[in-house]
Amino acid sequence: MEEKRQTVQHEKTEEGWEPTIVAFLCNWCSYAGADLAGVSRFQYQPNVRILRVPCSGRINPLYIVKALQNGVDGVLVSGCHPGDCHYISGNLMARRKFALLKRYLGYLGIEPERVQFSWVSAAEGARFAELINKVVTDVKNLGPAKQLVKKAL
Amino acid sequence: MEKTEQIIRETAKELFNSGRVEILIGYEKGTLPFRTRPVFIRNAAEADRLVWNSWCSNNLAVYLPGLFEQKKHKKNEAPPLPPKVGIVAKSCDVRSVINLVREHQIPRQNVVIVGVPCSGMLDAAKIKALLDNEVVTEVAEDGNTVSITGRSRSSGTKVKRDDVVFNACLECCSPMPEGVDLLVQGTARNASQNKYDRVKEFESMAPGERWNYFLSEISRCIRCNACRQVCPNCYCKECFADQTNPRWVDAGDDISDIMLYHIGRIFHQAGRCVECDACTRACPMGIDIRTFTQKLACDVKDLYNFVPGFSPEEPLPLCTYKPDDKQDFITEP
Repeated sequence: MEEKRQTVQHEKTEEGWEPTIVAFLCNWCSYAGADLAGVSRFQYQPNVRILRVPCSGRINPLYIVKALQNGVDGVLVSGCHPGDCHYISGNLMARRKFALLKRYLGYLGIEPERVQFSWVSAAEGARFAELINKVVTDVKNLGPAKQLVKKAL
Repeated sequence: MEKTEQIIRETAKELFNSGRVEILIGYEKGTLPFRTRPVFIRNAAEADRLVWNSWCSNNLAVYLPGLFEQKKHKKNEAPPLPPKVGIVAKSCDVRSVINLVREHQIPRQNVVIVGVPCSGMLDAAKIKALLDNEVVTEVAEDGNTVSITGRSRSSGTKVKRDDVVFNACLECCSPMPEGVDLLVQGTARNASQNKYDRVKEFESMAPGERWNYFLSEISRCIRCNACRQVCPNCYCKECFADQTNPRWVDAGDDISDIMLYHIGRIFHQAGRCVECDACTRACPMGIDIRTFTQKLACDVKDLYNFVPGFSPEEPLPLCTYKPDDKQDFITEP
């Protein structure tokens, strides 16, 4: 954690700023989708740091807010398409939490593009690559995150 | 008011004499003017301590989960029976109680809810502001007018009652308690068609302005945690804000930690908050928490058509799902 914070700070002070994006990917679909993107040699921007979670339903909304506090510039959350959850309804439960969180962070004045949610299946390597490119471009346009970021320790 | 108070005392005595309750939670006269304090009555003789007036704003449901906590007992002995508890409750308190029942924190059959129709509780801060922050010496009520007197004034200033009740009461959607065991006779204020005007007003501001407002409010927070302690929904044995592994919220005065605490606390109320505004009233720094708690209640109603605190059976919105829930927030590459 300590090291991570420093890396993020370091990148920000450099001239050619590159965003850091954390992607929470579910083990069964989106992570496999990312794998497929790699195996299929699809090119996508290298700003993303992937965290594998068992299911999108496993993601505590606090993880997302905490990631923003720790200095990431954007968060991407991705799970199985609705109806395809390995645990039957994990992503459907998560969808309600995410819908409220997305609206809530927007309400507080945080740019909506900082936190994005999507569905990527294990067969959608190309979609994954496109998604990452889109999120990275969105966050690049916003510039470095400042709002919730904790000052350097 | 005096009549209501009398009925509450009589009801309390009956409840003790018939053995329906062992403890009754109500309000008694406070040591400060324009305040009442919670009281735990344990027999009929003490029932005369109960009061009812326009200062009974505390949400008493907050004490219930503690009373029903499992007590330690010896292995070869039967566990002690849960107590029989009565509670004097306004409609917002009743909704909190029903929500606690819904979340399996308290057994419904052991709680006797004495519902009191509510005409809105008076906000001492609003009254003080009307008198240019002078010390208030007397507040007298007569129907829909309130006469307030300050230290340097001889006669009272008459204002409309609605000008000095809490915002939460002005926007209360059900001042008449529903789903109670005993209802004290009386009149309640008219139900407001809560349209979440404040949320809409806030949303119409630019994102930067909204953030600056959030920042300016939260920067006053002294992290006393009063907002959490008074909330009937905050019954967790260990709050995320107190956890040390993982440590979600660092000790210290960094504004981002304070924000994380507030975002986390408010977000935990999604689909459960009955908008009693106990948090806003408890805040010693006068932070406008209501603007931020209301948004989630508004969204839950909008997205999932759910209003908490009315049904002890209906599943909570974040514990269920529908296959066709809205997902317009999903990013398509």
